[in-house]
This record gives sequence, C-alpha cells and structure tokens, in this order.
Amino acid sequence: MKKALLTVLALVFVMTTGNLWADSSRDYISIVGSSTVYPFATVVAEKFGKSTQYKTPKIESTGSGGGHKLFGAGVGVQHPDITNSSRRIKKSEFEKASQNGIEIVEVKIGYDGIVVANSKKGAALKLTRKDLYLALAAQVPNPDGSETLVANPYKTWKDVNASLPNTKIEVLGPPPTSGTRDAFVELAMEGGAKKFGFIKAMKKADKKKYKSVCHTVREDGAYIEAGENDNLIVQKLEANSKALGIFGFSFLDQNTDKIQGSFIDGVQPTFDAIADGSYPVSRPLFFYVKKAHVDKIPGMKGFLKEFTSEKAWGDEGYLTDKGLIPMPAAERKEFQAAVANLKPMTASDF
Amino acid sequence: MNNTSKSQRTMDIVQGGLAKRYQKEKRFKLYGLSAIFFSLLCLSLLFISIFSNGYTAFQQTFIEMEIAIDPEFIDKGNFAGSDYQGIIKASLRKEFPDVTGRKAKKRLYHLVSSGASYQLQDFVRDNFDKIGQTIRLWVPADDDVDMFIKGHIGRKGPEEDRRLKDDQISWIDSLVEQGRIKKKFNTTFFTAGDSREPELAGIWGAATGSFFTLLVTLALSFPIGVAAAVYLEEFAPTNRWTDLIEVNINNLAAVPSIVFGLLGLAVFLNFAGLPRSAPLVGGFVLTLMTLPTIIIASRASLKSVPPSIREAALGVGASKTQMVTHHVLPLAMPGMLTGTIIGMAQALGETAPLLMIGMVAFIVDIPGGFTDPSTVLPVQIYLWADSPERAFLERTSAAIMVLLVFLISMNAVAVILRKKFERRW
Repeated sequence: MKKALLTVLALVFVMTTGNLWADSSRDYISIVGSSTVYPFATVVAEKFGKSTQYKTPKIESTGSGGGHKLFGAGVGVQHPDITNSSRRIKKSEFEKASQNGIEIVEVKIGYDGIVVANSKKGAALKLTRKDLYLALAAQVPNPDGSETLVANPYKTWKDVNASLPNTKIEVLGPPPTSGTRDAFVELAMEGGAKKFGFIKAMKKADKKKYKSVCHTVREDGAYIEAGENDNLIVQKLEANSKALGIFGFSFLDQNTDKIQGSFIDGVQPTFDAIADGSYPVSRPLFFYVKKAHVDKIPGMKGFLKEFTSEKAWGDEGYLTDKGLIPMPAAERKEFQAAVANLKPMTASDF
Repeated sequence: MNNTSKSQRTMDIVQGGLAKRYQKEKRFKLYGLSAIFFSLLCLSLLFISIFSNGYTAFQQTFIEMEIAIDPEFIDKGNFAGSDYQGIIKASLRKEFPDVTGRKAKKRLYHLVSSGASYQLQDFVRDNFDKIGQTIRLWVPADDDVDMFIKGHIGRKGPEEDRRLKDDQISWIDSLVEQGRIKKKFNTTFFTAGDSREPELAGIWGAATGSFFTLLVTLALSFPIGVAAAVYLEEFAPTNRWTDLIEVNINNLAAVPSIVFGLLGLAVFLNFAGLPRSAPLVGGFVLTLMTLPTIIIASRASLKSVPPSIREAALGVGASKTQMVTHHVLPLAMPGMLTGTIIGMAQALGETAPLLMIGMVAFIVDIPGGFTDPSTVLPVQIYLWADSPERAFLERTSAAIMVLLVFLISMNAVAVILRKKFERRW
C-alpha cells in the first residue's frame, strides 16, 4: 500500500514538474539548425544580446535536418523559435509542421559558395563540373564513348581531362550527413553529369536511377571523408599539396595565404563571383521563423529586425566580414518585407 | 656414479639454457619498457603540440587609443543605444587623417575589435563626467591584428592573399613604433562567455556550465551509487536476481555514452518536459553515465574491507546497519571517493550525450542557475575547433589546456585521498 502510494506520488511529481516547465515562459530566443548558418546566426545573436536589454539568443548547431525536426514538433516554449537551414525546407517537413499547427515564415539570408581548394604550394586547377563528376562519381559513362555506365576507372586528373596535371585524384570532403556534401553533389556533380545527354534523358525516364548516378560518390579511396571539421581539411591540404578539399567559402576566405580555390567552369570562387552568380557551386541559406512565437518570446521582433538590417546582411554588413555572400538588393528588400509582414508559407510555395 | 652423472647432466642443461633464459627475461623487460616509453612519447607529443599551439592565447594584443568622447554621439536618455562604434571610428580617422576612400576606411576600422565599443560603453557609464573630454584607453585589437603581432600571419606573399593588406600593416607598424600596441595578459579568456569574435571569447561561461552540471551529477550519483553498492554488497542475498543486476551494471559501464543522451532526450525532455540545454538535465544524463563506474568502484572497496571487521562488530552486538555505517563504510570511503572522482573526471570530459539534450550550443551569457541555457568545457572546445577564424585555433588549444588542468587536479586529488586514507590489511 505504502509502496503504491509512493510510486503514485513520484509519478505525480514528475508529471507536474514537467507541466510546470512546459507552462513557464522562456525569456530568451531558442534557435536550432544548420552548422553552415551557425557562424552567421551567432554573430547576429551576439550583437543583438550586447546592444539590447534582451538576453542573447541560444543557438544550437544540430544540422539542417535535425533543426527542422525539432522546429516542426509543435508550438510552445519548449520548442525552438527559429531553425537555420542550409537548404530550402522540404515539402515533407513543411507538411509535418503544418499538421502540428505551425505557421512558418521563410527568410533567405544570403548565399554560401562551396569551394574546391588546394594548397598554395601547387598550381590552381582549372576544373569543370564535368571533370568533378567524372573524377568523383561512383559510376561514370564508359570512356569508350558508348552510352553505358561503368565503375569509375579514373586514377589521375589527367585521365579525366587531358589538360589537367598528372596527379592522383585525392579529394578530402565532408561525410554524407553534412549539408555541404548535399549541396556539392547536387550543384557540382549533378551539374556535370547533366552534360552527358543520355544521363540527362534518364531524369525523365527513371528519376531514381538518375539521382543515384549523379549523387553517389565513389568509395574506392579517391574521395576521402574527412569529417565535419573544415579546419581539419584545411590543415590536411597544407600538409599534402597534391590533395583537393571541399568546404564552405568562409574557410577559404580566412585562409587565403595557405590555400587557393580551383576554377570551376572558368570562374574562381571569389566574393564577387559568388555574389553575382557566375560561380556555379553556390547555395542559398535560410532561416525559418515560427510565427506564433514572434509575439510570445521577448526580443523576437528585435532579433529579426537586426538579422535583416542592411548593417548585418547588406553589401557592407558585418555578416559579409564573416564570409556570407549577400543577396542582391531587390531580394533583400523582398525578404525584409516578408519579415515585417510575417507572411507565412503556404503549400503553393513548393 | 650413475646418479652423479645424471645430476651433472641436469646441471648442464640448466647451465646451458641459462644465458638464453636471462636473455629472454631481458627482452621481456625491454618490451615492457619500450611500451611505456612509446606511450610517454605519444603523451608528450600531445602535450607539446597543444602547449605550443595554445600558450599564445593567454596573451592578447591591445591598442592604446586616444578617444574623444564627443557628446554628439551620446544619447543621454539611452546610454546603451548610443553610437559608441561611431566614436571609435571617428577616433581612428583622427589618428590616420590621410586615409580616404570607403574601402581603405573600412580596413582602418578593422584594426580594432568590435568589442572596443562595448568597452567604451562601460567606461562612459562609469564616468559621466568624462563626456566631452579626450581619454586614452587600451582596447582589444582585432583577431587578425592579434595573429599578426603574434607572428601567426606573415607579411610576405602577394597582397591579395593576405588577411592584412599593406596599408593595414603600415598602420600597425606606426602604432608599434609609438609603443601603442602591446600584448597583455588575456583576462577576457578567463572571464567572458563564448563569442564569435576570437578576441572577445572566453571559457568562463562554459566553465560555469560544467560546474553546475557536475554539481548535479555529484549530488545524485554519489549517494545513489554508494547506497546501491552497500545494499548489493552487504544486504542483498546472492541469487539469480542479484547476479542479473550485477551483470547489467557491468554492462552499463561499457555502453557508449551517446546512448545515455538518447535516453535523456526521451525521458527528461520529451516525457518530463524539462528545458533543453539546461545543466540540470545534463547532470541527470551524466549521472546515468557515471553511476555504473561509481557502483563498481564502491563495491570493490567494500569487498576489500576484511570480514573480521564485520564479524567483530556483529559480535559485540552491533546491528547490521550499525556495522555498515559505523565500521565498514568509513573504512571503504577512500576507495569510494576515488571511484567517484574518477567518474566525475569522466563526466567532465563528455560531449556526446550532451549533444542530444541541446547543450552543444552558442551561449554568450554566463549561466546563473541550473535551468539557464549553458554549455560545458569540452563542447566549447569542439565548437571553437570548428570555427573558421584562425585565432580560434590557439584558443581551442588553450581551452584544452584548461580542461587538462582540471582533469589532472581531479585525478591528483583521487590519488592523494587514496594514499592518505587507504588502509592495507
């Protein structure tokens, strides 16, 4: 009897404390999401915390997918207010969130270039997306010209393209869990694969196979998964002047004395080339706001205003110092308006 | 006759093999010695690389600025909202009046950390009477300047490849000539929370978070662990159930720590609804992780108390509880404390389970309690290691050094406790 009573008491305690936490309000902004957006969102959060009376927002680096999962779980202070994303929200994620009664405001903040870089000790490579596809895909078109796929036979860059140096293909890049990897295979490798007519035709006939042909990276040692830490890749490139590395532009920006970006389709990854869109491998960065939280959580409006202000994301803003590539002025205006009106996304946006 | 020749033969065999056996022993010793030498070599390599990367982070470059606090910039009604950045910029322009052009000016402003304006803000708040006057203030230099002064960024190479351009280097040189750039002890590193500007980042926020988390862990895992060990060792009957429990405890000690994080996410966050990123929840999760270690160590130290103590106590009429609390527990306590400290040291270095409950986060404000969002030291190291700014490299190593100091001192306490109180029977 006594035991049963104790158990019941313990259960009641757990439940009530739980509900207490859920009901108590939160006085800081909670942000989750992409590790690519993290370095930019944190700068804004810090400025916001230091220049206003509000607390500094808390930012977790969970990855884009993890962020959407937490964000879409529901409305209420125990759920995050904003999620950062290095890709657009997926339709499935949007639908899940809608089912949970969440209205989402989409804000694009700028662009990030993905660079293929090597040590300054070697010469800068002049690559094309087709070269990257042929060098790194698991399956490539048969070199004899017939329209069949074979396991990647290429060992050196010269095999891929006669104008490239005769060095072993050795590329250090992020693992499949990374958003940078997703963007790289989508923009660089798929972009290169499309140059082959029969692969492009496959897109209509068999989309699944097309995806697997374009997006599967070879696993015979030419592509080395170097972990999520981009600093480590930079250090490895310094030690091995023959290797190439794949990472975000901000790491190239900080280490221009040690490494150089390869030309892709004739364009070198510079700030201006990514901003005007001539560099082909760049992706937009987003954050998503829970509309219901804007009036509930103190400081939300101020934070959104700070993030979308010209002094933050403008051409000369402090985010560009951290390596964010700003959007064109018209696009910035559009998203500033979206934030001011808090216009929620609808299913027709997909 | 026959007998002696036989024994002689045995002696011969022994004698003949002796040199070989000695040699074997020597070799065996050598293997052990070389293993120890190898591990020492690795350890010293690790220490040397961390130290040589990190020791410079304990100093920070400061620039002495002549700042005219122009009342025009100060909004009397709203001190926090005044344009202190504007004052700093105006002062820099006055210092180098021949700088023209938007880009060159921007490069000039980059010499000084953005933290300078917050420092000026604090100064003005404390010294209202100085408004309108010109003051001299040592403000932190930007991280690129800091790296340049410390020699991590060279002045060689083509200009476009350098973080610091030619004109910036000439400004720095002229300031150095006037003795207005100095390296000072980096107090910010020990007093500030995280920041995205390396020169403003510190470990105090993470250290406080670690302290709160470990406090919760200690307060829960020590009493629970000792109670479980005492019950299992002194009171529980030996049967299938206690065997099962023992096997499970030993198993739990070997479970990867991320599993405890997943458990914490499911139970403490999703079911009980406790806040994310809180040291309270971190402490709960780490308690689960350290409990097996503490129980196993406590049981071992209870086992090492000789049965004669127990029998003597029972023999003079003590109850079982008295026997345990008055005699066995005090004798076993040093061993239990050692186990607890080692468990705590393990918990201090853990990041994986904290990832799941949201403690891998950017937190600037110093946590003030058990439910404030916070992070811990190893997570801080992980986050800095992944930052693009080069100045974070040395700060990462410096933070590792601080963490190592904590770990070494905790383990030293464990050794001292053992040496001082341990009784051999």
